[in-house]
Amino acid sequence: MGSEDFTATEIMTVAASRLLKDGTVCFVGIGLPSTAANLARLTHAPDVVLIYESGPIGAKPTVLPLSIGDGDLALTADTVVGTPEIFRYWLQGGRIDVGFLGAAQVDRFANINTTVIGSYDAPKVRLPGAGGAPEIASQAKEVFIVLKQSPKAFVAKLPFVTSAGHLDGGDARAKAGIPGAGPTAVITDLGILTPDPVTKELTLTGIHPGVTVEQVKAATGWDLKISSGLKTTGIPDAGTLAALRDLHARTAAAHGQVGGEG
Amino acid sequence: MAKITPLREAVASLVHDGDTVALEGFTHLIPHAAGHEIIRQGRRDLTLVRMTPDLIYDQLIGMGCAAKLIFSWGGNPGVGSLHRFRDAVEQGWPHRLEIEEHSHAGMANAYVAGASNLPFALLRGYTGSDLPKVNPNIRFVECPFTAEKLAAIPSVRPDVTVIHAQKADRRGNVLLWGILGVQKEAVLAAKRSIVTVEEIVDDLDAPPNACVLPYWALSAVCPVPGGAYPSYAQGYSERDNRFYKAWDPIARSRDGFRAWMQRHVLDTDDFAGFRRVLAESMAQIMKEGA
Repeated sequence: MGSEDFTATEIMTVAASRLLKDGTVCFVGIGLPSTAANLARLTHAPDVVLIYESGPIGAKPTVLPLSIGDGDLALTADTVVGTPEIFRYWLQGGRIDVGFLGAAQVDRFANINTTVIGSYDAPKVRLPGAGGAPEIASQAKEVFIVLKQSPKAFVAKLPFVTSAGHLDGGDARAKAGIPGAGPTAVITDLGILTPDPVTKELTLTGIHPGVTVEQVKAATGWDLKISSGLKTTGIPDAGTLAALRDLHARTAAAHGQVGGEG
Repeated sequence: MAKITPLREAVASLVHDGDTVALEGFTHLIPHAAGHEIIRQGRRDLTLVRMTPDLIYDQLIGMGCAAKLIFSWGGNPGVGSLHRFRDAVEQGWPHRLEIEEHSHAGMANAYVAGASNLPFALLRGYTGSDLPKVNPNIRFVECPFTAEKLAAIPSVRPDVTVIHAQKADRRGNVLLWGILGVQKEAVLAAKRSIVTVEEIVDDLDAPPNACVLPYWALSAVCPVPGGAYPSYAQGYSERDNRFYKAWDPIARSRDGFRAWMQRHVLDTDDFAGFRRVLAESMAQIMKEGA
């Protein structure tokens, strides 16, 4: 049974978590990706394997980590390895099914910017930078990106490409010799965008209940294409929402908030 | 050969103006006490290296200790920006900060290459990213066997690496566990090294595959209980998330930052003194926040 009473952030998180299949080996970014991945683990995908770049493999945190190196990640993991091993053996070694990333900005080909707004040498806003994303985006078998949709975040041209999505579209990514399939879904608080099979341009293929196509277009910095088979996201079931809210409540009790990388 | 020595003496003798210094730690075991001591002793023109510069690098940069930063992610984890880092990059305050920017995979491999006595690190990386356009130290080479294009970046070879660990024995053998980040590689890549530890014990009681750094591979071991604060040492302390949040408003203004550093770091003798003064001001912040 579904519940009508949910927030835009909740349906974004639930929609993102649904994409993770049980048994998937997932390289998780902190923040929204970590929330969605842990929700999947606590609901439909108990055997999802969560890998964090700080070293935990098979982490099963009881609360959401505030930082990527929270002690709970290490204590609940199957094993903890050094950071070089994470990137060399597990990511570069080709063992990651899904890279689950956040972003400050994306463009129409799902390239990611987390570096600067404005010019690199004289930035208007200096963002934290790449972290693990460039290699996660290129070497995971596929990539999910989760971020809130707005004209500032969904831009026609990125000031800086930190991590490759589908580059200039079409077969540009394969031609550049990038091994993974790249972003296969961008999940937002308004809907789900997936790359066109040929052009690789992000197309609105899913829309959350109560959201209009005009709203999504207005929140996008380019002329967003709408799929002819546009589907409405199923409303979250009560059990999933309860699991998400419990997770947030436990997290707030443990450290007062949820958050970012580092 | 590790000398067990007070932190003040270790920093005085091992960290020099103009050095390349890596204070490593991946959220866990961040050597805050050693960073403070570098600030107290007024080191200048440092090239700071770290994968994840956080609060202690914000403080070193804001206090004018750094000429250059080599890094891959600079933020206040779970909170937001590093305001002193941003001010240095965006406005050149307190002076211009040169940056050399990588990805985590690049940095991790560069430490491994440094520890392996290789001139450069080789990885599949940076493809399609703009980072090679702004960092001339990211280049591409052809595999001599397959002709495949691979990324190459210079090894990280710090003059000094500084880390925090759980414990050392009386000879200076160091044991660390939990999230290890790149600390072992950073120590072995460096010419000199300082390890602050929670405690010195008679016997490390380390299982065979534990991460032990032998005394003969280290320069100095300094007992500083709680020396990672507000980061943590697994088995000894918890991360103080309140301080990470409190840092955001402190670091926003130049004057506020300077005054805070004066009171808490420059006017205190050591990390224990810092913790005492901080306890007073955190009680005040919590009272005002409540």
